[in-house]
Amino acid sequence: MSRALRNFYMALVGLFMSLPIIVVAGVSVNEKQDLSFPPVGFSLSWYAQIFTDSGWRQALFNSLLLAVSAAAIAVAIALPLAWFLWRRIAPWANIFQVLGLAPFILPPVITALGFLSFWATVGAYGQPWTAAISHAIFFVTLPLVTLSLGFASIDRSLVEAAATMGADDRTIQRTIILPMILPYLVSGFAFAFVLSLNEYIIAYMTVGFTMETLPIKIFNALRYGYTPTMAAVTVFFVAVAALVFGTIAIFGDIRRLLGAMGQDDS
Amino acid sequence: MKREPPRALADYAPLVFPGAMLTVFFVIPFSIMLAVSFFKRNPAGFYTPDFVFDNYARFLSLFFGKVLGFSLMLSVGVAIVCVLIAFPFTYLLTKLSRRAQTLWLVALLSVLSMSEVIIGFAWSTLLSRTAGITNLFVWLGLLDQPVALIPSFWAVLTGMVYQALPYTVLVLYPALVRLDPTLLEAARTLGASPIRAFLNVVVPALRNTIVATLIMVFVFALGSYLLPQILGRPQHWTLSVLITDQAIYQSNMPFAAAMAVFLVLISLSLVGLTLLIGRREAAQ
Repeated sequence: MSRALRNFYMALVGLFMSLPIIVVAGVSVNEKQDLSFPPVGFSLSWYAQIFTDSGWRQALFNSLLLAVSAAAIAVAIALPLAWFLWRRIAPWANIFQVLGLAPFILPPVITALGFLSFWATVGAYGQPWTAAISHAIFFVTLPLVTLSLGFASIDRSLVEAAATMGADDRTIQRTIILPMILPYLVSGFAFAFVLSLNEYIIAYMTVGFTMETLPIKIFNALRYGYTPTMAAVTVFFVAVAALVFGTIAIFGDIRRLLGAMGQDDS
Repeated sequence: MKREPPRALADYAPLVFPGAMLTVFFVIPFSIMLAVSFFKRNPAGFYTPDFVFDNYARFLSLFFGKVLGFSLMLSVGVAIVCVLIAFPFTYLLTKLSRRAQTLWLVALLSVLSMSEVIIGFAWSTLLSRTAGITNLFVWLGLLDQPVALIPSFWAVLTGMVYQALPYTVLVLYPALVRLDPTLLEAARTLGASPIRAFLNVVVPALRNTIVATLIMVFVFALGSYLLPQILGRPQHWTLSVLITDQAIYQSNMPFAAAMAVFLVLISLSLVGLTLLIGRREAAQ
C-alpha cells in the first residue's frame, strides 16, 4: 500500500483511539463544574481534587493498595508454577497452567459471580482482602504468560555450563535464572498492577458495598451526576498506564512480550 | 539444567502454593457457582440449598431469548467490525520500524487497560450534547445544533468496538509479525499491486487466524457489562448486564449463576474451537 494511504489509515485508527481521551482531557480542565468542550477557562483544580478531596483520595489509596497486593499475590502464584513447568516434565501439571489462563479468557462477570458466591459462602463477603485475592486469581494469567516467556528465553546450555563448573541449584537460581527472568517478572507485575487498578466488576461484586476503589467511585459518581474530577481521574489513569507500559518498553522488549519472536530478535 | 521428571516428593514443592491458591480460589468458587445455579432463590439472604432446574427453565422465556439473541448479535457485530478495522491496521503496524511499533503497542496497551467505567464515561462525554462531537459538526456547518447521540444502539456498538479494538490488534499481532515476508515479495515480483498482494496473499494465508480472532473478540465482547448500561437503553442490555443485575440488584443469585454457567459453556466451546483451529494450522 502506498505510504500516504498507509499513514492516513493508521492516523485514522489513532484518532479513533485517542478521540475520547482528548475530549475527556479537555473537559477535565474546565474552570466551572460543567461538562463543556472545548473547555471554558482553564483550571487544574479538578486534578488537585483527586488528592485533596477525602473521598477521592481514599478511593485512590484503596485502588493502589488493592493493585499492589493483587499483583504481588499473582506473581507469587505464577513464579513457582512457571518455574516448575520449565524445570520439570510433568504433563499433568499443565492443568494448573490451564487454570491460570482460564479466568482471563472467560467473560469477567463469570469470575466475579464465582467470587461473590464463594466469599458469601465462606462468610468473608465484603472484607477488603477478598478483593486482593480475587484480583490476584483473575490476573494471574499475566505474570504466568510473561514468566513462561521469560523461562523459555533462558538458554539451557548456560545453566548446564554453570552446573559443570560446580554451581549448585541454589547458586544457579540466584546468579543465572533470577537475573534473566527479572524483566519478565517486573512486566508481569506491572501488567497485573495496571489492570487491577482499572478493574471494576470483580471489585464491585466482592467489596462494592464496603470499599470504594477508583473505578467504583467513578461509576457511582456517574449516577449522581457529573463532576470534572471524574475526567481528571480518567486522564490520570491513562497517564499511569502509559507510563508503566512505556517503562516496560524502555527496559524490556514489549514486542517480544506481545508475541513477536524469533527471526528479528537482535 | 535439563528438564527432568520430578523424582522426590520435594520436587513437587513449588507446585504447592500455586496449586492450592488456584484450587481454593478458582476451582472451588466455580463449583460453588455451579451448585448455586441449582439452588432456590431466597429473597432474604443469598440462596437456599436445593436441587431444582427452575433457574435453567427460565431460559425458555421470551425475555431471556431476546437478551441472549441481542447479546450474540451485538458481539458478532463487534467482532466483525473490529477484525475489519484491525487486520489491515495490524498488518501495516508490522511493517513499521521497531521503534514505531513499540510506541503503538504502548498506546494500544494503555487503551486496552482502560477501565470499562472510564471508556463508558469518555464515550458518553464524546457523544453528549454539551461536550460532544456534534459541536464539531455544528462548527463545521454540517449540523444546525448539537444533538445527543446517546443512549442508542450505535453508541453501544461504537463503545464496544473501541474497547475491543486494541485487544483485536494484540491478538492478531503475533501471527502477522511472524508472517513469512517472502510470500509477499513473491507476489510483488509477479506483478501484484500492494493492495492486491495483501488481499490475495496475506488474507488467505491467515484465514484460520482471522477466524480464531473473530471468535476471541466475540468472547471478549460477550464480557462487556457496563457499556450497554452507560451508552444504551434497557433493551440494549446484554447477558453480562443481566447477570450483574440479577446477582446484585434483584438478589437472585441462583438465576444469575445459571446464566453464568450458560455463558461459560458458550465461551468455553468457542475457545475450544479456536484451539482446534490453531492445532490444524500448526499441523499444516
